[in-house]
Amino acid sequence: MLGIVGTVPDKDFPLISGRVRLEKERIHIGETTVPVNRGTPALLAAAAMACKVLGLAPPMGYLVGDTGLGRGSRLLYDHLVHSIGRSGLRFVTFHYLQPDVDWHNKVLFALADISHPPLLIADAGFMYAAKMSGQSKAYELFTPDAGELAFLADEEAPHPFYTRGFILHNEDQVPELISRAYEHENAARYLLVKGRQDHVASNKGVHAVIDSPADEALEAMGGTGDSLTGIVSALIASGIKTKEAAILAAGINRLAGHYARPTPASQVMEVIGHIPRAMEEVLDKGGKRIEPVHSEPEIA
Amino acid sequence: MNIDRGILVFENTSEVIRAETILKAGEWDIRVMGPPPEIRSGCDLVIEFPLIEELNILRRLREEEVAPLETVPVSSPLLRPVNLFQTKDFGRFLMVRAANMKLTIDKETSIIVNVSGGGCPDVPYLAQEMVGKSLSDAPGPREIGHTLCGYALQLAYEEMKRQCSA
Repeated sequence: MLGIVGTVPDKDFPLISGRVRLEKERIHIGETTVPVNRGTPALLAAAAMACKVLGLAPPMGYLVGDTGLGRGSRLLYDHLVHSIGRSGLRFVTFHYLQPDVDWHNKVLFALADISHPPLLIADAGFMYAAKMSGQSKAYELFTPDAGELAFLADEEAPHPFYTRGFILHNEDQVPELISRAYEHENAARYLLVKGRQDHVASNKGVHAVIDSPADEALEAMGGTGDSLTGIVSALIASGIKTKEAAILAAGINRLAGHYARPTPASQVMEVIGHIPRAMEEVLDKGGKRIEPVHSEPEIA
Repeated sequence: MNIDRGILVFENTSEVIRAETILKAGEWDIRVMGPPPEIRSGCDLVIEFPLIEELNILRRLREEEVAPLETVPVSSPLLRPVNLFQTKDFGRFLMVRAANMKLTIDKETSIIVNVSGGGCPDVPYLAQEMVGKSLSDAPGPREIGHTLCGYALQLAYEEMKRQCSA
């Protein structure tokens, strides 16, 4: 079972967890609904859509309201420390959370106490905390964009805001930055670097570059990185190996984006709506008519 | 490294931003910087200030109810915020990136059409509040943001304004 952990931009939104449904461009968890625009709701929507295509149970969402002061994130961190051991999750994707090294480490310790710890994917604020804590190697996959890759490559930067100027943010430098991130052990087992070209890499180097279809406008659109992380999370949860899942996900997200005929003013829900068509096409082409590999234990 | 400089440490980044606004309005020689490793916890900023001005600065901040948690001398080099920008021209649209944050406007109307990148929880909130408004009408990230991603977006926003007025 896949769990997705993150925040919504509403300070009064309560801490909730439960199976995610996507209906009429809104995420539903129990009786609570959230609009899908960007951030964790966009990731949840993409993952829910992808799980449906793959015949998997919907992901479990763990959400709290936080507009940047960190209070909601700390509530959620505390909830995870006390409950994740009983969750039955086999895959966990961490997303928009206030980066906090102490809380990150508490969550990681709680995960390490599980007899069969889940596979971990991190993006956004939780990836920042993972790198800053020196624990990147505990993760199966990070999904940075070019600016975040530069941050991973800068062994001294505690946040992308402090990435030093000589670590160039240009996309042309991606292979060098990937090497540097692995050299200083600031990368997960695999990296899926989002950008004009998507790169799938490990400490052995760049395994694949996915660059078509190419729609430059997607770079400006908030939430396309979130949709990519949602798709790859669902593919990994279906039993596909991480490297292959990352390559497929990059192709699917690009194709869904292409079908949305994007401009730099497009919104991410326009892309998410095309995920089923793009998935079927990419998976069929790759000979991947998927049957779920993992059983889906009920949550404790 | 200047031994005559100190740093003001606050509870969170939004307090740093408030204090910076107050101190810059008072024309103190201050800079927003990254904290030294020993007091780093996550999404942090500090204010570097001239130690000789400590009493005046603290009094002013107390008056505004934004007193720092502590004041310490600078003992190691502080991290500098990112100061490089990437600009991409899509024809009708213009995108500016600062660190991990991207801001895109419609050049014909100056309307902000997208905010992307970032990983701190105020990013979706900032996007919600800024997208659909013109550069001149949208709230500045420093006014409603709370984190380093919000501060990076502020830099992109200032650079966008600079480019649009050039």
